[in-house]
Amino acid sequence: MAFKHAVIEKNSILLLVLTLLVVSIGGLVEIAPLFYLESTIEKVKGMRPYSPLELAGRNIYIREGCYNCHSQMIRPLRDEEERYGHYSLAAESMYDHPFQWGSKRTGPDLARVGGRYSDDWHVAHMNNPRSVVPESIMPGYPYLAETPLRIPDMAAHLRANRAVGVPYDDGMVEAAEADLLAQVSPDTEEADALLERYPGAKVADFDGNPAVLSELDAMIAYLQMLGTLVDFEAYEPEADYR
Amino acid sequence: MNNASEVAATSPLTFGLGLVLALGGILGLFLVANAQDAVIAGHGYLFVAFCTLGVFWMIKRHYDGADPIASEDGGVIYNDGVVRAGCIASLFWGVVGFLAGLVIALQLAYPALNFDLPWTSFGRLRPVHTSAVIFAFGGNVLLATSFHVVQRTCHARLAGEWAPWFVFWGYQLFIVMAASGYVFGVTQSKEYAEPEWYVDLWLTIVWVVYLLVFLGTLMKRREPHIYVANWSYLAFIVTIAMLHIVNNLALPVSLTGAKSYQLFAGVQDALTQWWYGHNAVGFFLTAGFLGIMYYFVPKQANRPVYSYRLSIVHFWSLIFLYIWAGPHHLHYTALPDWAQTLGMTFSIMLWMPSWGGMINGLMTLSGAWDKLRTDPVLRMLAVSVAFYGMSTFEGPVMSIKAVNSLSHYTDWTVGHVHSGALGWVGFVSFGAIYYLVPKLWQRQRLYSLNLVSLHFWIATIGIVLYITAMWVSGILQGLMWRSYDSLGFLEYSFVETVEQMHPFYVIRALGGALYLIGALIMVYNCWRTIRGDLKEEKVAGLPTTPQPAPAAAAQ
Repeated sequence: MAFKHAVIEKNSILLLVLTLLVVSIGGLVEIAPLFYLESTIEKVKGMRPYSPLELAGRNIYIREGCYNCHSQMIRPLRDEEERYGHYSLAAESMYDHPFQWGSKRTGPDLARVGGRYSDDWHVAHMNNPRSVVPESIMPGYPYLAETPLRIPDMAAHLRANRAVGVPYDDGMVEAAEADLLAQVSPDTEEADALLERYPGAKVADFDGNPAVLSELDAMIAYLQMLGTLVDFEAYEPEADYR
Repeated sequence: MNNASEVAATSPLTFGLGLVLALGGILGLFLVANAQDAVIAGHGYLFVAFCTLGVFWMIKRHYDGADPIASEDGGVIYNDGVVRAGCIASLFWGVVGFLAGLVIALQLAYPALNFDLPWTSFGRLRPVHTSAVIFAFGGNVLLATSFHVVQRTCHARLAGEWAPWFVFWGYQLFIVMAASGYVFGVTQSKEYAEPEWYVDLWLTIVWVVYLLVFLGTLMKRREPHIYVANWSYLAFIVTIAMLHIVNNLALPVSLTGAKSYQLFAGVQDALTQWWYGHNAVGFFLTAGFLGIMYYFVPKQANRPVYSYRLSIVHFWSLIFLYIWAGPHHLHYTALPDWAQTLGMTFSIMLWMPSWGGMINGLMTLSGAWDKLRTDPVLRMLAVSVAFYGMSTFEGPVMSIKAVNSLSHYTDWTVGHVHSGALGWVGFVSFGAIYYLVPKLWQRQRLYSLNLVSLHFWIATIGIVLYITAMWVSGILQGLMWRSYDSLGFLEYSFVETVEQMHPFYVIRALGGALYLIGALIMVYNCWRTIRGDLKEEKVAGLPTTPQPAPAAAAQ
């Protein structure tokens, strides 16, 4: 052998540098193009940033580790489309920092759970899943309804999202605090203003308790918007063949 | 702080470390004072306690006088203290991690065990289990064995006097902050990378010092060649650093709050996560533990490594190919098809270098196969390599898109992970610990080899129950999801498929319980060994003479 491996195994720095080089290649080739290939994220109508209440609900979803048992990624397989709806698009998670695609379905996929069940159903289900689905093995989350939603500085959350690329404008950031409450106050001027900022958002007293803005309000607001944004009437998959 | 400056007179490095700890303590106080949430405040207190204890310990050691670090005749005095600590930590975290696994397995079988409380729900405890077994148990095994192996095969004392201890205790602090964070709801939700930004930063510091200690020891070596086990350890340390930093890029909402938002979103974040996730398997749980195999199997079998050339070929091809395999976690998702196909192709190719490692490990037993009958520690090591071979065959099969469309999202994945984790990582770790404990505490042998044998059989039965239950439940559920009735409608609702899982979840929990019992037997055995007890028993075929260092074994 002209090449002697002994050279490498007698020089710790050379070994280190070569190792680092060898392990860098795969990631660079696979990940880097996702940031500049335009076909990676489809062009769709209807995507918008999360409303403050939805974002707060999403953070509770993350905090409770829902992703451990629920995916948010419908695969383009016949049974999944019939069970859950249109297969998930990359565009649908373009504002998700971090993504919530999941890896295990101990419970069903939630990518399009929005609008499938009533708010009342969600209240009962979160309080005790077995009250509405007797065979369910999901933990109960009765404390969400009893815990007031406390976020020290909602605007800071929107600003942080904006800094990593979510298109929140100044108006959204300014109204962040007020929009939390507006989304649980139907038929008010504040709610109308919220809907202008976040078209298609659902405004309701989600947890059925108008006295308190609870963590359950936020959680249901998030669940009820999942998969509802993209206008599939206007979506042309052929345009995105890749 | 007066005392700390007196230390400076003897060693500027020591003074520097004391200063860093003192500054760290002040930083911790700042966190406590300005904390946006209770968790980061609690972690601030922990950090202050860590730094304070560190400074006091340094002062105490200064007055007690440190152990000699070089003998007068020029021989090497190894730093075994930190390896001993690593062994004990491995035993402790192993039991914690297996217990957490048993608890969440039971929760899936009996949901009432979630108790409807925030701190005890499956969603918060599952990361406790995964982090405890991978990072706390596996990580401490890797710390202990790498520090042991690099010293013995380099014929040099570990670089730095405080640095190895900083790595050890800093790593324990990382574990405690991570696990307590999950229980109280602090997570960034990226599997196996759940700790939030400030815990990630702390781990980065600890990890860089780990790399420096390891590299520094390699540079001090008195052997001309770097032994093959150390290639694996080095690849593990440096690649984990790269993966950890890139996958945890995040922007905190506030510098005194726990919550952050990931830098990447959606599809880019997904592939970055599984590039990390798969290579946490590839480099933490494979490369690192191959380092263990390459030292402890030859030592325990008292045979040289089977093939030098094979170790070169399989090492470089393994680390090159592994990195590409991440996309197989995202088959049929919104990840572009070209990336999925690339990931599948490399995953299948990965079968070859994986089996290269398995063959090199198993064939090292050439001429010593009879010892499998008499030496339960070697049996454990050999079976671990066999499990490695099995799960690195199953992995490429599952990465084929057609297979993956059935297996993904089901328990089959969980079973696959556990055949690797319980069979390969667990058993090779147990073998290494059984080898190390009598050596490090200068005992003639383990307290009882029959208990090792008992541990081996109980744990093996546990693994078989676990993985067969998950095969059946995973494939069953996958088939039920895609099953149609004669009218062309989906045959089963989702919850009907959940109902069918119950018996398998019970069997799985039983398997996990057996595995935990095995670990408790090991803890007892090691404790008695450390105490200096010897059980009178018939032990056949144990090598009693000291064995030559395997540093030159690969050549």
